[in-house]
Amino acid sequence: MPRNLTYREALNEALAQEMERDPSVIVMGEDNAGGEGAPGEDDAWGGVLGVTKGLYHKFPGRVLDTPISESAFIGAAIGAATAGLRPVAELMFVDFMGVCFDQIFNQAAKFRYMFGGKAVTPVVIRTMYGAGLRAAAQHSQALYPVFTHIPGLKVVVPATPYDAKGLLIAAIRDNDPVIFFEHKALYDLTGPVPEESYTLPFGEANVVREGSDVTIVTLGRMVHTSLAAADELAASGVSCEVVDLRTTSPLDEDTILESVENTGRLVVVDEATPRCSIATDISALAASRAFGALRAPIGMVTAPHTPVPFSAALEDQYIPDAQRIVNAVKPVAEWRR
Amino acid sequence: MADTLTRDQLLTAYRTMRTIREFEERVHKEFATGEIPGFVHLYAGEEASAAGVCLNLDERDTIASTHRGHGHCIAKGVDVGGMMAEIYGRTTGSCHGKGGSMHIADLSKGMLGANGIVGGGPPLICGTALAAKLKGTGGVSVAFFGDGGSNQGTTLESMNLASVWNLPAIFVAENNGYAESTASTWSVATDNIADRAGAFGMPGVIVDGFDFFAVHEAAREAVARAREGGGPTLIEMKFTRYFGHFEGDQQTYRAQEVAHARAELDCLTRFAAQVTADGSLSAADLAAVDGAVAILIDKAVAEAKAAPLPAPADLLTDVYVRY
Repeated sequence: MPRNLTYREALNEALAQEMERDPSVIVMGEDNAGGEGAPGEDDAWGGVLGVTKGLYHKFPGRVLDTPISESAFIGAAIGAATAGLRPVAELMFVDFMGVCFDQIFNQAAKFRYMFGGKAVTPVVIRTMYGAGLRAAAQHSQALYPVFTHIPGLKVVVPATPYDAKGLLIAAIRDNDPVIFFEHKALYDLTGPVPEESYTLPFGEANVVREGSDVTIVTLGRMVHTSLAAADELAASGVSCEVVDLRTTSPLDEDTILESVENTGRLVVVDEATPRCSIATDISALAASRAFGALRAPIGMVTAPHTPVPFSAALEDQYIPDAQRIVNAVKPVAEWRR
Repeated sequence: MADTLTRDQLLTAYRTMRTIREFEERVHKEFATGEIPGFVHLYAGEEASAAGVCLNLDERDTIASTHRGHGHCIAKGVDVGGMMAEIYGRTTGSCHGKGGSMHIADLSKGMLGANGIVGGGPPLICGTALAAKLKGTGGVSVAFFGDGGSNQGTTLESMNLASVWNLPAIFVAENNGYAESTASTWSVATDNIADRAGAFGMPGVIVDGFDFFAVHEAAREAVARAREGGGPTLIEMKFTRYFGHFEGDQQTYRAQEVAHARAELDCLTRFAAQVTADGSLSAADLAAVDGAVAILIDKAVAEAKAAPLPAPADLLTDVYVRY
């Protein structure tokens, strides 16, 4: 029975339902219990994101606070995954991957291949990404392209509360390491979420709006921005199909290519910086595999090749908005050979 | 000390150390022929550490190793034939030829891998120790790392975490004197790596790493404490490696110490002298082990050389469980 939940509540419910179902699921991260060991403070926070709130008392011993030692506890989550647990570790801001990246990309991502198929590492690393909260350069990046680049990792970028719950449950049940990207500006977004447990498959994009003139491929928070742009474009007679990737690894190439075959025009909208990004990756896919169908140059709307600025005047300019998407789609829609 | 161990345990200890020595001496020789690809880091000289620690472990326990990992693998029971085939890049190798010397692993034996990243192992064994603790298996986890690894933040963070979570974890710093070519007397700011234990709320023990019995006793105490819920221990082995950092290293950074160690300090020589002097094993017992090990290693090399290489299609397999 769907009710309206926030993105945050949907994630919390996914964790609670999986912890209820499977005793091998544990949760760890900074402040995840909310000050374990400090009388009166237990569960005060439930993580700085509030996603793990209430789990500490429901699942004694299975919600662990950690020191601010990302290498140690992300590595511990990975090690525990090789030993039969299904840890969900919270890397508070994805920007902090800089202090623990080795454990993710040299250890977790490579165990299965490097050990000849004999390791299983079912770890989920939940992490917050994205600009828009005036959090500046070290707390605002959209670093999913970095993880998408690495064979052995799966990368999930949910856009809605419904997707957040279904994809997180799928991530926890998945037997490969999953990096789960939560946009910090989406935690209070509400939407219908079924009470019962459900999963959404990885590698299956969601066509969130059908259209015939231009395909917009996007993900995460930019899905909402792209939908707003599509509304505006519809008013001026341009019909946009909006494809939400949901996961960047695996990538649903078929849905992208099928849509591009139908519309012949593609704009990719990505909050990440432009070089070696999802935007360039999708563009290369379409250029190499759907060249015959393309009737216009591919458009890309991304952040600029800069760190995320602090001042609102600059940050608002940094983040792609609906107007920039409209401005990018129009010439693609109007292009004639 | 020898009399606290059973005859079988003593034979196991000697067989483990002799197997490691023979394995490494042979890889050294074969590497020089050019038939072994890649980077190889040999453990000869350090055998008492792996053997002395792992004799205290069983199938519940997990270890994480280093780039110098052959000795830890052998001591934890990884198949020697599979290891040799792996080093030769063969499909019959422990990792089907996809890992090589620096990544030999056998999770079914509690061997979480040699590791190409210095300091890669300590965070991981915090996880396996946590799993053992939460599941109540009684298992302990051991991270081996070198004097180089002792300076990595991952190692220091992990020691703190292991104490904070009161994990059944043991940190074994194998101080062989050099991180690559840089002396640990220069790179380690404290007199001893073990001196750092107090900073992380755990006991620190310094052991003569050439002395099997000293290693075994220190590890026995640490393992017992960990199994009983008493938390982690840091053990520092002091010794010398007999070969270079990697095969091909000309070792211009050190002079006479290897010859001295081989002649005066060697763990196998000392072990043999002690057990034969106190009568717990005979020279014939040891000779029988030597003979069996020589055959084992010969066979491992011959089979590795004859084994098939991975098929082209293997390039793409086992990246994911499912994708």
